[in-house]
Amino acid sequence: MKKHDQNIILKTENLSIGYKSKNDVSIIASNINITLQQGELVGLVGANGIGKSTLLKTLTKVHPPVKGNVFINEIPIEKQTNLELAKTLSLVLTEKLISKNLSVFELVALGRQPYTNWIGNLTAEDVLIVNQALEQTHIEDIKHKKCFELSDGQLQKAMIARALAQDTDLIILDEPTTHLDMYHKAYILKLLKKLAKETNKTILFSSHEIDLAIQLCDSVIVMTPNHVEIDQPCNLITSGAFEKLFPKDLIAFDEKTGSFKIKK
Amino acid sequence: MTNQNSYRLPFLVTSILLIICFLINISLGSVYIPLKSVLNTLTGGLATQDSWHYIVINYRLPKAITAVLVGSGLGISGLLMQTLFRNPLAGPFVLGISSGASLGVAIVILGSGLFGAVFSTFLISKWSIVIAASLGSFLVLIAVLLTSLKVRDTMAILIIGLMFASITASIVSVLSYFGSAEQLQQYIFWGFGSLGNLSWNELLILSIIYTVGLLVSIRSIKALNTLLLGENYAKSLGLNIKKSRLVIIISTSLLAGTITAFAGPIAFIGLAIPHLTRQIFNTSNHEILLPAVFLFGSIIMLICDSISQVPNSDLTLPINAITALVGAPVIIWLLVRKRKMIF
Repeated sequence: MKKHDQNIILKTENLSIGYKSKNDVSIIASNINITLQQGELVGLVGANGIGKSTLLKTLTKVHPPVKGNVFINEIPIEKQTNLELAKTLSLVLTEKLISKNLSVFELVALGRQPYTNWIGNLTAEDVLIVNQALEQTHIEDIKHKKCFELSDGQLQKAMIARALAQDTDLIILDEPTTHLDMYHKAYILKLLKKLAKETNKTILFSSHEIDLAIQLCDSVIVMTPNHVEIDQPCNLITSGAFEKLFPKDLIAFDEKTGSFKIKK
Repeated sequence: MTNQNSYRLPFLVTSILLIICFLINISLGSVYIPLKSVLNTLTGGLATQDSWHYIVINYRLPKAITAVLVGSGLGISGLLMQTLFRNPLAGPFVLGISSGASLGVAIVILGSGLFGAVFSTFLISKWSIVIAASLGSFLVLIAVLLTSLKVRDTMAILIIGLMFASITASIVSVLSYFGSAEQLQQYIFWGFGSLGNLSWNELLILSIIYTVGLLVSIRSIKALNTLLLGENYAKSLGLNIKKSRLVIIISTSLLAGTITAFAGPIAFIGLAIPHLTRQIFNTSNHEILLPAVFLFGSIIMLICDSISQVPNSDLTLPINAITALVGAPVIIWLLVRKRKMIF
């Protein structure tokens, strides 16, 4: 992909996120201006409680912004219905499935819901797309297994396949690597990288795996108490953005390796 | 969603089982009628004796049809509520339908002393009980719904329903405390539930409302399947949660409400049938579960009714006692055998 024919998928304009109640506004972060291009893998990093989840909720219309706008495909999200949004944006959340008795195929097929008829029957095309999503996430061999039989890593792959089957320009994942071992953390993020390139979808994920994000992402959004910035990982390293992430008493960012080290 | 063909055989077997249970139910009763006469009557011919013809057409056939409507209707309402509230303990009455109905009936039967002796005989007719039950369940349901509009969490609706049930139960206790022994007995008899008291006219009204409720439930199959992922995922798949929730609740109210009005508060079936069906069909797909619950609900209700008749005797046991007596061991056996609950 050359830079000049890339399209902007998601854009925020002077976005402030936070919580509004009747007589009180608490702003978590303000003046957020980010743009995500087509086919990009973008990581969102920040300390616990900094507002990563609130930002993702605001970007996905789960939570209203305090100020400013979010545009997906140049249309403000508040002007899009749930169904319209479902065709441009899919999610992988941290919450558990209600019914683990679904087979992997059934789970992934539920991603086709925005396109199916009133009773939810799959057309031949739907089945093709579902199988393609299973193939892209390497889980064809377990497609008849029930979700309760899966390991955490397999289940996460199935959830990603479900989001792929939804066939959206943008996939947003909330901490897709929690509960996974080191190998599977790398595996899932590498898979996301591959999917972004192969399918030309924009993939945004929040994560605490800063070193992996630096190695894999096209751009990284760094959330610190005063500032939210987005740039390519190497630029962020030179500008010292990662050093501002955490209090300086315990760990320090090592620019050479791109990871945090414990202070001795 | 998938693999619908592999369910063809179980569906065929269950359907045949339903027809057999239906015929057995009609042939059993306090008067012995040979199966041949029953079949003759059902196919439009004449039975060997006029009285047999009369019994089958005006008593046993409506009762068997009622059993099918009650079993399937309550089973489906239970399924809808369990999925909506993502709670395996939910049943058709979590929204206060049966407590509302019992309040209405309690006011008519136990409170009839308040209206004076002249009206009491008029008030305690069949229709007044049906109307009181419908009004009661409707009002309590509306109260639950209005309160639940104020809350965003689906779980809170469940608690609100339970609270309203407690309120009505305490009002019923107060009424019972002041009621006479005769009135109390009458009220308790209503609480046992009954399938056999419906005339063809009443059955017609029941089946019309039942059909509307059933169609609405079929219309929500897709929403129910989406809800299996949880509400946040369902929303991200374009589902209008509030609207779907309302449609599912309306369907349940129509089904469980009318059934309770005509047959009394039939316990257990609504909770147990969905579990039984999930254990046997091993799926969570509502496109399979809904028709399967329909079949199993009807079959279990027909069997329970046949048992409550105590074949070849004049004795009729309360249907509410039989449903749990037959149903509970089946569920326990299935859970022990498979060692895990499917939900």
